[in-house]
Amino acid sequence: MARENYARPNSLTSHWMQGENCIRDLERNPLSSTLDRRAFLKCALVSGAALGICDFAQPLAAIPSWATPQKQDDSRFTVEARFYQKLPNNKKIKCKLCPRECTVGDRERGYCGVRENRGGTYYTLVHSRVCAAHLDPIEKKPFFHYLPGTLALSLATAGCNVNCKFCQNWDISQVRPEQVPADYAPPKLVADLAKQHGCPSIAYTYSEPVIFAEYLMDAADAGHEAGVRSVVVSNGYMQEEALKTAYGKMDAVKIDLKAFTESYYKDVVVGQLKPVLDALVTLRKMDKWTEIVYLVVPTLNDSDDEFRGLARWVKANLGVDVPVHFSQFHPEYLLKNLPITPVPTLERAKAIADAEGLHYVYIGNVPGHPAENTYCPKCRHMLVERVGLMAKQILIRKGNCPFCGQHIPGVWA
Amino acid sequence: MNQRDTSRRDFLKSCATGVAALRLASKAWPADACAEAMPLLAAAEQAASAKSRVVVARDAALRGPGTAVDSNRILSLLDRAMQNLFSLDHPGEPWKQLVHPGEKVGIKVNALGGRGLSTNAQLVAAICERLQEAGVRAHDIVIWDRDTDELEHAGFRSSTADNRVQCFGTDRVDYENELETYGSVGSRLSKILTQRCDVLINVPVLKDHDGAGVTIALKNMYGVIHNPNKYHPNGCDPYIADLNMLPAIRAKMLLTICDATTACYEGGPGYKPQYCWQNNALLVSRDPVALDYTGWQVIERKRSEKKLKTLEADERPPRYIATAADERHRLGTNDPRRIEVVEVAA
Ligand code: SF4
Repeated sequence: MARENYARPNSLTSHWMQGENCIRDLERNPLSSTLDRRAFLKCALVSGAALGICDFAQPLAAIPSWATPQKQDDSRFTVEARFYQKLPNNKKIKCKLCPRECTVGDRERGYCGVRENRGGTYYTLVHSRVCAAHLDPIEKKPFFHYLPGTLALSLATAGCNVNCKFCQNWDISQVRPEQVPADYAPPKLVADLAKQHGCPSIAYTYSEPVIFAEYLMDAADAGHEAGVRSVVVSNGYMQEEALKTAYGKMDAVKIDLKAFTESYYKDVVVGQLKPVLDALVTLRKMDKWTEIVYLVVPTLNDSDDEFRGLARWVKANLGVDVPVHFSQFHPEYLLKNLPITPVPTLERAKAIADAEGLHYVYIGNVPGHPAENTYCPKCRHMLVERVGLMAKQILIRKGNCPFCGQHIPGVWA
Repeated sequence: MNQRDTSRRDFLKSCATGVAALRLASKAWPADACAEAMPLLAAAEQAASAKSRVVVARDAALRGPGTAVDSNRILSLLDRAMQNLFSLDHPGEPWKQLVHPGEKVGIKVNALGGRGLSTNAQLVAAICERLQEAGVRAHDIVIWDRDTDELEHAGFRSSTADNRVQCFGTDRVDYENELETYGSVGSRLSKILTQRCDVLINVPVLKDHDGAGVTIALKNMYGVIHNPNKYHPNGCDPYIADLNMLPAIRAKMLLTICDATTACYEGGPGYKPQYCWQNNALLVSRDPVALDYTGWQVIERKRSEKKLKTLEADERPPRYIATAADERHRLGTNDPRRIEVVEVAA
């Protein structure tokens, strides 16, 4: 996952100097934190104001530091994987979770680094192994048409099944689980924490939830039992059966469609485009609420043809009501040589998608840009006003535009 | 010189005839190239004009009456291998050319195969002994791999005590924060490599590998980085070669001593006793590509003897070896005409 930074402690230190009176509460160990929502919001607003934007991402967890990770009790996090096949020779297995289909020998791990073959049985090493946890506004995911103005208890484990050269969270996504500090957060605890903090949803995010599918399914079940929903922020690079089973338990899905060419997926993502498009169609058939983010990287995926191809494909395969967010790239990880995406490029992308007839095209990562707001596609009135990651005004009434009655698709309550 | 050394010298003398008969005429490297500890970078440049020597030293009686490797005989075997590699007569001389007092020497072993198929601890003890005789302080030697527990399971005892040889995994000190990149993948390097080693001796195991075909010298560097899983697609090609291009690896690498006392011809890299054999040999070279090429041939011969398909026919030829030798990498040679294999028998 590239866009949604999980906020490293380093960057938060100076960030939090500005809202100092809140820091002790917020840096408490997450999984026993009793911070109430009002205190949290108060604190977030103070720091947000100091930054000129409302930048949330308060650390709810003991998130990774660069200190040597402590030895973790591996057995607590090790659960047999759900999606794999045993092969006849030499105790090998074939993983069936994502399209990479790693064939993994005994004592070896798959490409994602979080699944290990032990004597011919395949295990996930990251069940309940949370390395980042925050209370985030759901707009940060971004979900713009799903419970706007609410907080999501946002979690990640280490690992990822691709290796995007622009990843903002590579220090948790591109590592093995034992290389980052983690807390034990079994599903019921997650559900209880979400309730305790007034979060109507749990978000699986920051790294790549595909690779912690078993945990995500169990946490979603626990959440649903407690009346808490689940949303996932994913690259969609997943096999169909696994997608249907795991994301079938999700209430909303955000897919990072990283480009519209196979060559970009091969060279920049180390994956494939086709399975992601297939996943989007499958989600559509499953009637899952889905939003799409397209991170616009200067010179690599920012041509008119790609924007147009993407918009036409969305219209033809998913419909005009699927929100598409064109997000600004910031130089990170292995792509530090490229500039920040110029705002006019994002505006060009939006103009092309608008012209192709998509109804909800947003510009992301540019706080204060008018294309962060939701407008009625019929009467053009502004319906949701956003400032940074805050939904400041929500005018939608019972899923409709209060000015002309147009139905606005989404999950609003 | 102690009693052991004297008897070893006698032993070597008694073997000399056999060695001379097997030794080919030319030296592994020009004399001046051996005069200084020659990092891999220099070795690769030399490869353009000189043959790369790979010594295959074997001792059928390495284990004596039992199954355990005999510590005296492994030291003798190491000495013969090193003396033949450097064309020097005294066991201590090659080490004096390789290392200098005050240098911090890393011994990168392979501890992934547990007791059955990891670098032999007796061999490492022999290397440490010779390094200390060459003037390297015990405390300046570090035996290491990825994980301390894995080292202990493989038969090493972890140690960070003063005045002792150090032995621990990267888990104790972590990886550098900054990424190092050659090719398409970026990695954080072990702080043992970057902060605790001036020079590196690579002591891998001769093994079959289900993805790369074989895992010998070059692939052993996967234990140096935080994300080896990202280097496995496409039979690890070009990732193995790319990784060995990182300056911190390339500039520090002095020598490979491949432990082929117990080797694996199928089902690797995990330990599967039914596919391992007591080969009782060491492969030693300063050219890791030539060593990997030679080790690959050893594995192919064993596979043929066992009526198994070639690695090519099994759709996992070790293509990375040719990549490591190509124009872009030039880590050594994979051209058999430019590899001088010196067989040394007890
Ligand atoms: S989920 Fe991991 S192990 Fe499974 S196929 Fe994908 S990268 Fe490989």
